[in-house]
Amino acid sequence: MRIKTTVNNKVYEREVEPRLQLADLLRHDLGLTGTHVGCEHGVCGACTVLFDGLPVRSCLMLAVQAGGHEIHTVESLAAAPDKLHPLQEAFRASHALQCGFCTPGILMTMKAFLEENPAPTEEEVREALSGNLCRCTGYQNIVDAVMLASKK
Amino acid sequence: MKPAPFKYLAADSAAAALALKAEHGEDARFLAGGQSLIPAMNFRLAQPAVLIDINPAQDLSYIKTERDVLRIGALTRNRTLERDPLVAKHCPLIREAVVHVAHPQIRNRGTLAGNLAHADPASEMPAVMLALGARMKARSAKGERWIAARDFFTGVFSTALAADELLAEIEVPALPPRTGCAFLEVARRRGDYAMMGVAAVVTDGRKVRLGYCSAGSTPMLVESDSLDVDVQAGIDPLGSVHASKAYQRHLAGVLTQRALRIAVSRS
Amino acid sequence: MTTRSFGERIRRNEDPRLLTGRALFIDDIELPGLLHATFVRSPHAHARIRGIDTAAARAVPGVIAVYTAADLGDYWKPGPLLVPPPPIAGIVFNQRCQVPLAKDKVRHAGEPVALVIAQSRYVAEDAAAEVAVDYEALPAVVDLEAALKPGASLVHEDVGSNVSAHCRQTRGDYARAAKGAHLVIKRRFLYDRGTSSPIETRGVVAQWDAKSDRLTVWDTTQAPVGIRDGLAAMLGLSERQVRVVAPYIGGGFGPKIMMFYPEETLVPWAAMRLERPVKWIEDRAEHFLATTHERGQIHDAEMALARDGKILGIRDVFLHDGGAYDPYGLTVPINSQCTLLNVYDVAHYDSTFTAVFTTLPIVTPYRGAGRQHGIFVMERLLDLAARELGLDPVEIRRRNLIPPDAFPYNYGIIYQDFEPLEYDSGNYEPILDKALELVGYQHFLREEQPKLRAQGRRVGIGVVCYVEGTGIGPYEGAKVQVQSSGKVSVVTGIGTQGQGHYTAFAQIVADQVGVKVSDVEVITGDTDQFYWGAGTFASRGAVVAGNAVNEAAKVVRRKILRTAAEHFECAEQDLLVEDGAVHVVGVRQKSIRLGELAGKANPMRGAVEPGTEPGLEATSYFGPKMGATASGVHAMIVEVDRETMMLEVKKYVVVHDCGTVINPMILEGQIHGGVAQGIGNAFYEKLVFDADGQLLNASLADYLLPTALDVPRMTLAHTVTPSPLNPLGIKGAGEAGAIPVGPLFAQALENALGLPAKKIEILEIPLSPSRLWEIACATPTTGR
Repeated sequence: MRIKTTVNNKVYEREVEPRLQLADLLRHDLGLTGTHVGCEHGVCGACTVLFDGLPVRSCLMLAVQAGGHEIHTVESLAAAPDKLHPLQEAFRASHALQCGFCTPGILMTMKAFLEENPAPTEEEVREALSGNLCRCTGYQNIVDAVMLASKK
Repeated sequence: MKPAPFKYLAADSAAAALALKAEHGEDARFLAGGQSLIPAMNFRLAQPAVLIDINPAQDLSYIKTERDVLRIGALTRNRTLERDPLVAKHCPLIREAVVHVAHPQIRNRGTLAGNLAHADPASEMPAVMLALGARMKARSAKGERWIAARDFFTGVFSTALAADELLAEIEVPALPPRTGCAFLEVARRRGDYAMMGVAAVVTDGRKVRLGYCSAGSTPMLVESDSLDVDVQAGIDPLGSVHASKAYQRHLAGVLTQRALRIAVSRS
Repeated sequence: MTTRSFGERIRRNEDPRLLTGRALFIDDIELPGLLHATFVRSPHAHARIRGIDTAAARAVPGVIAVYTAADLGDYWKPGPLLVPPPPIAGIVFNQRCQVPLAKDKVRHAGEPVALVIAQSRYVAEDAAAEVAVDYEALPAVVDLEAALKPGASLVHEDVGSNVSAHCRQTRGDYARAAKGAHLVIKRRFLYDRGTSSPIETRGVVAQWDAKSDRLTVWDTTQAPVGIRDGLAAMLGLSERQVRVVAPYIGGGFGPKIMMFYPEETLVPWAAMRLERPVKWIEDRAEHFLATTHERGQIHDAEMALARDGKILGIRDVFLHDGGAYDPYGLTVPINSQCTLLNVYDVAHYDSTFTAVFTTLPIVTPYRGAGRQHGIFVMERLLDLAARELGLDPVEIRRRNLIPPDAFPYNYGIIYQDFEPLEYDSGNYEPILDKALELVGYQHFLREEQPKLRAQGRRVGIGVVCYVEGTGIGPYEGAKVQVQSSGKVSVVTGIGTQGQGHYTAFAQIVADQVGVKVSDVEVITGDTDQFYWGAGTFASRGAVVAGNAVNEAAKVVRRKILRTAAEHFECAEQDLLVEDGAVHVVGVRQKSIRLGELAGKANPMRGAVEPGTEPGLEATSYFGPKMGATASGVHAMIVEVDRETMMLEVKKYVVVHDCGTVINPMILEGQIHGGVAQGIGNAFYEKLVFDADGQLLNASLADYLLPTALDVPRMTLAHTVTPSPLNPLGIKGAGEAGAIPVGPLFAQALENALGLPAKKIEILEIPLSPSRLWEIACATPTTGR
């Protein structure tokens, strides 16, 4: 099937099999490997991308559903490799990542969260973060990073 | 965990979706939010030969009131239920429960109709629909019919929908005056399926409708004319890796008392 | 001006790459002609294989090959023994290692039976579903005690029993000590299985270049050098023909250092045979059965005490669930055996374990690696003894701490590194006092708790001590080199799975060689870059590789000074190395950038003096004689809803001593992450196997990893008791957070629910609201 989709503000046309997962389209067809796959059943959140501005699990969507929609992945955040997005800067300052595998999914989730909730409490941040699993950090520094970013 | 191959068909209207379903019958599944169907397909627990994508069918996407009745179209996302002012005004119980359904990323895609049609007995919204006395509109290419919530859920992952039917709309009646509602659940982690959950609707401080999730192979409805409810007689929890049957029964008792107290205080 | 970077909270060098999604993880690798692998895995925990029919699978369009054990020929053999049994008198060890593909029998659900290679993972899975295996089911072996009874189904028939190992270690004479005891406490303790579940699963990509006769393998391994050596031997290649690269890895935690997993053994073989690159990425469903587990043990332990609470001796007999094969030897149970002694002065000890074969996935170290079981038993025994003796649980611990002047403290028994268990240094009482202060122990017991209890709230407090044996040998190495750009490269043989080596090692070098941390490029995990090493395990990366880096950096510094002194014709003591340059003190124009100096050290003409080398480069190795013992205290205040048994951690304190600290920010991150896994282990994570060896919760929806709402904010503090065993004085820290959380929860929950007054005890981990309710009501699991 032929689809035409916009990813990180660039239009792509691709021929895809119906069962191709959206995450696989992004990672292998489009080479945007920043989005990671952790579970393929929608629990870990590593694959979270923005679909028409809203965070979704790209492992629970099919590539064919992307046609006519706008997707943003972690690669859309930094203006340049040495010009990090304020949220990314906050993560670095707070040591909010260790292995970095869950990080892109968390960044996209938190970007959307902060746009809707610009001045969250710690409790609200933890709740918003509860749909993303991290095995390395124990979350504390991630919460600090999001609080820091919200004050910028 | 990649799905087995299938044929993909997109339907840009309810009628188109129904025509395709009539053609393919049980070999075809509807794809709405996909938040339950796609993981099942990734695990290859579900292997539909045909997927009918109803996301393009915008005529299924609505929330409206008609007289006192709230009508929720099949494509209404759970995220919308959380935020829609009509839902908040007409039926705050829905909003109170829907924030327990998974996480925002799932609610951004998942639909109420899809959740109900999936009929996981541990799911919150079926229990809520039972407590509210909602009706489900089942449409097929041949026509439509209404199924009361109490008749809709027939077993684990099974509903009264026929092979050619789509759950097209959920109708939520107006709540009687002097009615208060509450939803409570106990889950291992936020967003997990509940170990026990209850939706309580109390009218006149004594007429009680309680919808339970994780209390049997379907959501369970317990009705009573007084606040002194025999919860245990009305439920049949199955136990799980997270909760023994005894513990589930214990939780049902605890949550019922707490939910009734809150519902009464709101009525 | 140079600011000192060792010991500072330096931002990580690796973060920009990880934050922008530009870090290479295993599944990001794309190669021309890449094929994809999947495995057919046994649905049975125990079964004979009567036959395998791959015809239908091979006929699926897009399938390249389907292999079974029969197709492997001579390549089929059990994997190597990774850790031999330690030299302990009377030890019994029946070595039975995993095989690449099951031949006559499968021994755990998920054991690979066939390998499918296809154009895509999607097609490979289609074909895998078509492979028909004729199984004859056999009784599963799951219960440890039943496994040892005569007539039990045998996991390995030729062993004659289900005993994988048997080992007894003693110190002093427990029987005699117990005779004179005022009190003997005896209990059975249960610790159950969990899995590391990193967010990135395992993966292997292999590429055979027939034209240059070279094999490249990308592998999510914590031991690239070991994999290189083993694969070369297995595949009949020389070590120089094989390059193993551990790319960025999404969490290791131990199971990624299990080596020669079937997939690791077969994917390179298939790539060579097909002369096409092959990729295998473990999916989450596979991970639950294909990657190693840890944790299952049953302890029958007793403690003899004097009237004042002093431990006279301990006897422990335990069963260890090793799973279907035992390639990792006795590391986990030996750690349990040794770590049980904790921070205490125990003169008489008698510990026996039997490691049992079961028809369950293999057990190898996972963060804590058996230490948690020992700590659980010791800390629980102390709590129960304190109760009987009418002592405060903190007081009984205080009375038994090894005093600061007793180090090095040698227990005489053998540890996992085959050396006698000797604690190098420690000062335990200040750690305990600091933890009590931070958690507000006295204030809580005297004022807060009574007040809240009067309101009907169930709040409790727990304080536990632990040790962590870290930084064991054999060795690691590092090469430090000033490049012509002026940047400094550091290469070492270990890998990195998030613990910040790219920064911590840079900090070590930056101070020695006078450059900014961000100008030090660290390369880990590539066997072409560094030939020798053991791997990241047992909390040894910073200690062992860090010290090797430090030694190499010191040599480079000496070369810088010598070369610059020759260049400026001055004495070395007149030189200052800072800000990426060397200059003569007081003579600012006599200054040379390090990159240029490196060029001077690599002459185009003239001669390199005998006994010297070109460039500003050095390679050093560090092999500690034995491990360094870190320790700490965890304290927690918890509130429990007495009806639902759901809990909320109100306060969590960790006071930790791992000697000298390289980067406090990275260290704290390790503690946070360890505690989070410990909380998972204590209250959320349990692998539930049924009597048929089937895993009932094989998904992240049902195997519960803690989320941001389940892990509390932690208050951390450190004390510093340097290790005398290495020049930097550091001890390892990676596993510490995870070790004592089980007994901490047990103690605090007993306290919160008032269980001691009801004579109810918590003797098992993990707990859950449901299990806690059953224990607190003292109702049996079959319901009321």
